[in-house]
Amino acid sequence: MVGMQTERAPVRGTVERVRPRDTAVSVRGLRKTYRSRGAGGTARVAAVDGLDLHVERGEIFAVLGPNGAGKTTTVEILEGFRDRDAGEVSVLGEDPARAGRAWRARIGVVQQDSRDLGELTVAEMVGATARYYPVPGEPAEVIEAVGLTEHARKRTRALSGGQRRRLDVALGIVGRPDLLFLDEPTTGFDPQARRSFWDLVTGLRDDGATILLTTHYLEEAAYLADRVVVIDHGTVVASGAPDSLGGPDARTPLVSWLDGGARRSLRTDRPTEAVARLAREIGGPGGEIPGLTITRPTLEDVYLDLIGGGRTAAEEGAGTGAETSAGSSDESSEARR
Amino acid sequence: MTTSTRDRVPGTSPTRPRLPGPLALGLVRTRVELLGFVRERDAMIFIFAYPLIMMAIFASVFGGEDQVFDIGAGPVEINFAQYFLPGMVATGVMLSSFQTMAISIAVERDDGTLKRLRATPLPALSYFLGKVGQVLLVSVVQTAALIALASLAFDVPLPDGDRWWTFAWVFALGTASGAVCGVAFSTVPRSGRSASAVVTPVVLVLQFISGVFFPYPSLPDWMQQVAQLFPLKWLAQGMRSVFLPDEFAAVETTGEWQHLLVATVLALWLILGLVIGVRTFRWRRRDDG
Repeated sequence: MVGMQTERAPVRGTVERVRPRDTAVSVRGLRKTYRSRGAGGTARVAAVDGLDLHVERGEIFAVLGPNGAGKTTTVEILEGFRDRDAGEVSVLGEDPARAGRAWRARIGVVQQDSRDLGELTVAEMVGATARYYPVPGEPAEVIEAVGLTEHARKRTRALSGGQRRRLDVALGIVGRPDLLFLDEPTTGFDPQARRSFWDLVTGLRDDGATILLTTHYLEEAAYLADRVVVIDHGTVVASGAPDSLGGPDARTPLVSWLDGGARRSLRTDRPTEAVARLAREIGGPGGEIPGLTITRPTLEDVYLDLIGGGRTAAEEGAGTGAETSAGSSDESSEARR
Repeated sequence: MTTSTRDRVPGTSPTRPRLPGPLALGLVRTRVELLGFVRERDAMIFIFAYPLIMMAIFASVFGGEDQVFDIGAGPVEINFAQYFLPGMVATGVMLSSFQTMAISIAVERDDGTLKRLRATPLPALSYFLGKVGQVLLVSVVQTAALIALASLAFDVPLPDGDRWWTFAWVFALGTASGAVCGVAFSTVPRSGRSASAVVTPVVLVLQFISGVFFPYPSLPDWMQQVAQLFPLKWLAQGMRSVFLPDEFAAVETTGEWQHLLVATVLALWLILGLVIGVRTFRWRRRDDG
C-alpha cells in the first residue's frame, strides 16, 4: 500500500494529545506472527505488523479492513484470548495478557463465530451469565433490549441465525461492560434488525460504554462509529471520523455523463458549475446531458480506494481521488453505485 | 442502565463491587450443566439409561433361575442379575464420569462455549466444579436407580452394613478418576463432531476386556494383562466385592478382592488424569491460534 507509512503519523499524534484517564484502549507497535506452512517449508507470516490504535472512553470505534487484514487477531489480543509477539497494549488500564477476573468483569465480548448454543433457554443462558458478574443488568431487561422477549423461553438451539446473534449480544452486555467488543455483530441480520441493533449500540454508548466494533458493512461503520480505522496487511492505513476518512480529496464529487456513447467523468469540488458548463457545451435540446450522474463518494468508496480493492489492475490509476482532469473513464465507480 | 460503574477512573476503585465467589458460581454452573445434560436426549439414553437398559435386558434373558457358578471352593448358586449388577454399576460410573466429561468438554471446546466462558469473569475452578457437580449428581442417581432396579425387579439382595463403606470409596474414587481422565482425554478428539466417535469405542472396548459383561477370569490371559492397566477392571472388581458373596473372591485372579490394589490403581489414574488434564486443557480449538 502506498501511503501506509505516512498515514500512521496522525494516529500517533492522537495518542499523545489525550489524557490517560480518557483512554479505553491504547495499542502501539502491535505485532503478531503465525507459522504458515507452504511449499518451501514453514515461514512466519505477520498477521498484525506494527499496529497502533487509540480508543477513547465513551466512543464507538470501528475497525474496518478486508478479510485477513488482521482485524480479528487484533481484537482477540485486546480481549486477552491471544498472546502478542511485540508491542504495548493497554485495555482499560491493564495488559489483557495478564489481566484477571476483575478486568474481565468490565469487558463484554461478542465473538465473530459462535455456534455453541444448545438446550438452555434464552432466559436461562442470560440469567446464568449475569451471575458471573459483580453488577449485572437485569436479565429480563437485557433480553428486552435485544428484542428477544417473545423468545425468552425458547431453547437457544431453536433460534434463527439473527436471533442467535442477538442472544450473543445479550450475553456480551449483561455484565454491563465498560468496554464492549463487537466482532462483526450484524452478519446475517435483515435491514430492520440491523437498524434496531444500531439503536441498541448507540444507546449503550450514550450510557457511557466504549464500543470497539469490527464490521464488513461500511454503512454500519458510517452510521455508528465516532471514529474508524482501516486496517490492511496488519497495519493501519487510515484513521479518522467516518466522514473525513481518506482526506478531503477522497470525498470530491464525481460528475459522469455519456459523450457519444462513451462514459466520461470529472472529479470536482464544484459539480453544479461543471454541470452548467456541460449543459451549455454538450447538452441536447433543453440542455439535457445524456446519462448524467453526480456521485458523492461514500465511506465504502473511500474504503475501497484505501485498500486498493474494488477495481481491476486495468482500471488502476483511472479516476483516483487525485485525478481531477476531465475525460478519464471511470466505469468502476459507475458500477459500484 | 446506569453508569455508576463506568465513570470511575482506572486504578481508583473505592467501591468496586466484589466478584461472586468461585463456589457459588460452581453451583450456578452445576445447574447449567445439569439442565444441558438432562435435556439432551443422546446423553440421557446412551449415558444415563444405557446401564439400566443393559441390566434389564441381560437380567430378563438369563435371570429366570439361579446360575451355578463353579468357583474354587465348590459350586455356588446366585441370581444372574446379582452377578451382573456390579459390572453395570462400574459401567455407569465410567460412562457418567469419563465419557460425559471427555465428550462434553471436546464439544464445548470445538463449538466455542469455552471461549465464550473465557471472556467472562467465571473462574476456571467454577467451570470444573460445575462439571464435577453434574457428574456426581448424575452418577449417584444412576447408580441408585440401577441398584433399585436390581433389587426390586430382579430380587438381588442388597449388601449389608460394612460393604456400603467399601461401595462409597470405590464409587468416589471411580467417579473422580473417571472425571479427571475425561478432562485429559477431551483433547484427543480433533473436533466436536468426532468426539463421541472417538470416546465411545474406548469405553466399549474397556467394558469387554475388563470383565463387565463376561467373568474376568474367563478372559484370555493377554486380555487380562491389558485390562489390568486400566481403571475399569479395578472399579468393576471393587464393585464385585460389594455386591457378590465373599466366596466369589476365589474367582478373582489372586483369589482375593485386593482392596488395597483397587484403591492404589484408581488413585494413580486420578493423579495421572489430573496432571495430564491440567497440562493439556485449553480453552480454544487447536486450529484457533
